[in-house]
Amino acid sequence: MDKTVNHKAWFLVLPVLILVAFSAVIPLMTVVNYSVQDTFGQNEFFWAGLEWFEEMLASDRMWDALGRQLMFSGIILLIEVPLGIFVALNMPKSGFWASFCLVVMSLPLLIPWNVVGTIWQIFGRVDIGLLGYTLDLIGVDYNYTQDTFAAWVTIIVMDVWHWTSLVALLAYAGLKSIPDAYYQAAKIDQASRWKVFRFIELPKMMGVLMIAVLLRFMDSFMIYTEPFVVTGGGPGNATTLLSIDLVKMALGQFDLGPAAAFSIMYFLVILLISWVFYTVMTNLDKKGM
Amino acid sequence: MAKITLDNLAHSYLPNPKSEDDFALKELNHVWEDGAAYALLGSSGCGKTTLLNIISGLLQPSRGRILFDDVDVTHAPTAQRSIAQVFQFPVVYDTMSVRDNLAFPLRNRGRDEKYVAERVQEIARMIGMEDMLNRKARGLTADAKQKISLGRGMVRKDVNALLFDEPLTVIDPHMKWELRTQLKKLHHDFGHTMIYVTHDQTEALTFADKVVVMYEGRVVQIGTPDELFERPEHTFVGYFIGSPGMNVIPAKVEGRTAYIDGSSVELARGYGPLDGKVEIGVRPEFARLSQSDGLPVKVRRVEDVGRHKIIRANFFGHDINIIAGEDDPVSADMNRVTFDAKHVNVYANDWRVEGEAA
Amino acid sequence: MTLELKGVSKIVEGQVHIHPTDLTLENGTMNVLLGPTSSGKTSIMRLMAGLDVPTAGQVIWHGEDVTGMRVQDRKVAMVYQQFINYPSMSVYDNIASPMRLLGVDKAEIDRRVREAAELMQLAPMLDRKPLELSGGQQQRCALARALVKNAGLVLLDEPLANLDYKLREELRVEIPKIFEESGSIFVYATTEPEEALLLGGNTATLWEGRVTQFGPTPAVYRQPVDATTARVFSDPPMNFLQISKTGSKIMFGDGQSARAVGKLAELSDGRYTAGFRPNHLEIGKHTDDAMEFKTTLSVTELTGSETFIHLDHHGERWVGVIHGVNDLTIDAPLSVWLDPRHVYVFSETGDLVAPAAYAVAA
Repeated sequence: MDKTVNHKAWFLVLPVLILVAFSAVIPLMTVVNYSVQDTFGQNEFFWAGLEWFEEMLASDRMWDALGRQLMFSGIILLIEVPLGIFVALNMPKSGFWASFCLVVMSLPLLIPWNVVGTIWQIFGRVDIGLLGYTLDLIGVDYNYTQDTFAAWVTIIVMDVWHWTSLVALLAYAGLKSIPDAYYQAAKIDQASRWKVFRFIELPKMMGVLMIAVLLRFMDSFMIYTEPFVVTGGGPGNATTLLSIDLVKMALGQFDLGPAAAFSIMYFLVILLISWVFYTVMTNLDKKGM
Repeated sequence: MAKITLDNLAHSYLPNPKSEDDFALKELNHVWEDGAAYALLGSSGCGKTTLLNIISGLLQPSRGRILFDDVDVTHAPTAQRSIAQVFQFPVVYDTMSVRDNLAFPLRNRGRDEKYVAERVQEIARMIGMEDMLNRKARGLTADAKQKISLGRGMVRKDVNALLFDEPLTVIDPHMKWELRTQLKKLHHDFGHTMIYVTHDQTEALTFADKVVVMYEGRVVQIGTPDELFERPEHTFVGYFIGSPGMNVIPAKVEGRTAYIDGSSVELARGYGPLDGKVEIGVRPEFARLSQSDGLPVKVRRVEDVGRHKIIRANFFGHDINIIAGEDDPVSADMNRVTFDAKHVNVYANDWRVEGEAA
Repeated sequence: MTLELKGVSKIVEGQVHIHPTDLTLENGTMNVLLGPTSSGKTSIMRLMAGLDVPTAGQVIWHGEDVTGMRVQDRKVAMVYQQFINYPSMSVYDNIASPMRLLGVDKAEIDRRVREAAELMQLAPMLDRKPLELSGGQQQRCALARALVKNAGLVLLDEPLANLDYKLREELRVEIPKIFEESGSIFVYATTEPEEALLLGGNTATLWEGRVTQFGPTPAVYRQPVDATTARVFSDPPMNFLQISKTGSKIMFGDGQSARAVGKLAELSDGRYTAGFRPNHLEIGKHTDDAMEFKTTLSVTELTGSETFIHLDHHGERWVGVIHGVNDLTIDAPLSVWLDPRHVYVFSETGDLVAPAAYAVAA
């Protein structure tokens, strides 16, 4: 359906455009500005061209951080999406318990990120944390400040705890929109539980799952606060994800030029991966998966 | 195929129904004969969907039993009842091909692939979708999807009954004709027991051998289309079947005469004294406008609806409808109406009274 | 006081939705747009309302060109197939809302709301919310809201399609009454020929984005200008048969023929298509001129007062509507009769060349 053309409508969009310009475009341009210049302090800048980009591309530091980042995002997606679907499938569909579940599930989503980090940081401590202390007591060698594996497990479990609800809630919304007739027809056709999932629930959830995966991917790829609070990127560089590394570089070492180049590439990587995701999934959707 | 017996069946959505009003489906005894086509007809909220859900096993009745060929299935789950159902909105497995959709119920029952392939081919021919077997079900038109639902129901040979829940709701009027005819043909050729729920009298009457008319949770009449038309047992049936419905006029009945405001209408049968609200019912088809005979009537409007004319008139303060043929003249000086005595029914408290032949 | 479409057309992304259309709707008339789904009924309504701007042509409202004018600035009311009301407002507020937007004073709003509610039999429900009402009442509420606006143009897009059969029948009787009192231009879209006939007024038949005929409803029904119009305006569908004319005789096949009288006499010899409505087929010879056709009966359907018969006539599918309940054997031969005065004759391109004699007489 096409719409009536009315150029006055552009005036209504103007405030948003101004807002976006101040909040996104202008800061981004500042970053671009930094990325092609060098400074020795005193607000003096020299043209550096693509030097910083070349340097960043050649450094192991960024590639390692990218590798860790991809591993982190991959693992949490592999856990959160199936787990979220599983939770959604097992949630009550109506009545008091449905509302109860919804409220409980949204709780982790309401907690500020740094608080989530703090909670887990304390929770996991061997001396005073409930989790760390208990594990230590039953003889599991667990110390996230020293052991790489323990550190990874901690930040992954934390992320799963924090964000699975989001996937579950989206999946639940998708499930709720399936008319009863489909389930009745499946009963009549004697479809197994697995087939009901595979041929009715999954296809009907596809749309919202796509959004869930995209959201979780982008969010996890940019994660900063929580691992920073828990591990501070350690032990060593073991949990130094992209954004943590970026902050270290920009604020810790004050290497503005490389950090700016880094963040632009970071931004482009997110854009690229999101685009690939989106394209692949819409194509799958068109083909009926 | 099976005979389906409803034995003292009743259902209430309340946990402790007290009065009759609490029942969505009031007590019902009925036998659905093997291989017959039935329609459940009524307006929304009359209990027809409740009854259908009890038959398909989606709902357990509060009282009574339901038997398939003398086997009590009252508490058997849907999957064990071997029934098939076509829903109001087409239910197909979008991601499967038409072929896989049709094969689905057979494969779920572990039938071997050779049998499945043969059977799918057979069904596809019956529903006229042979050349679409490899298409994805997604993106097909509503009527094609409904045909797939129907085919999925018929693909099993052991199916006890085919249930239809207002299956033509989303179908275009000109396609309705085609689907209805096809269904009728399939019933004639294969003799499945079919139960068809609808609010549309044309669909019900044209489809069914016997129509079950429901009103406020109660079955008010079970009959062939012509029985429902000629001898509606309840004024609701008279109103609901036929367009426009039956004219119902308050009257006093004595013997073989009905009196409306003192004027007399001759009846074909004799009636004893009647209590309560007494009315006579005459279908518009059996009323005739005339220049000289009958009782006075004031014509308000004549509607030419093609096949016939509908005359909207006032008769002793009551609105009545009269149907005249396409070629019948209707002129301004026609201000009297006669009723065909054979087709005048008498009602006491909304239920038809069987008169005595003279 | 008219609404005029002058050469109006609508093309969206290279696809023609509406072919150039001229249509003049007079004030105080009921106009039915009749056609199957996606024949362009809604598209034409949107053009009339100003929701869409035509690709070409002009929309003239009371002599003034309103082609580019926004819908908000026109006096238009619209009712859709879905029951569209404000769910959080009471029925009273729903009906009052368009007048409040126009700044009508309070007493006048109250008077008009109560008047409309009375007319639509909603008076006892004014304090309720739309979702507490039945489907028929919800749609009455939407209709009432459209009426109080005193819009010069009221567009009804299949307003009864989502209602129970019997409710539809009742509202169908009410709508012409309401319309008679309002004096606006009513446009009513429907897919059902029977609905068009019951509403009366004028009918425009639509087929694939083209208005094939426009005129008084019974006239369009009885004297369709071409086979397409006849097909659109016939339920059950019109039956067709290839015929030929030689001299003073029209050959109908099966050895049946009729004398070429009236308009038929003027036709040149050659092949034509005969069309006749299902209700004109009979299963007995009732008139001297009636021609016999041997067919095979494939399906019968009873409605109580009538019998629908589905026939196979040398591979062509015919439908007949017969009075009364008839006990006929399926899959057996059946003879049907047709009086030549019920036959429309179309050229091979589908234009009407001779109307049915009975229709001319009527």
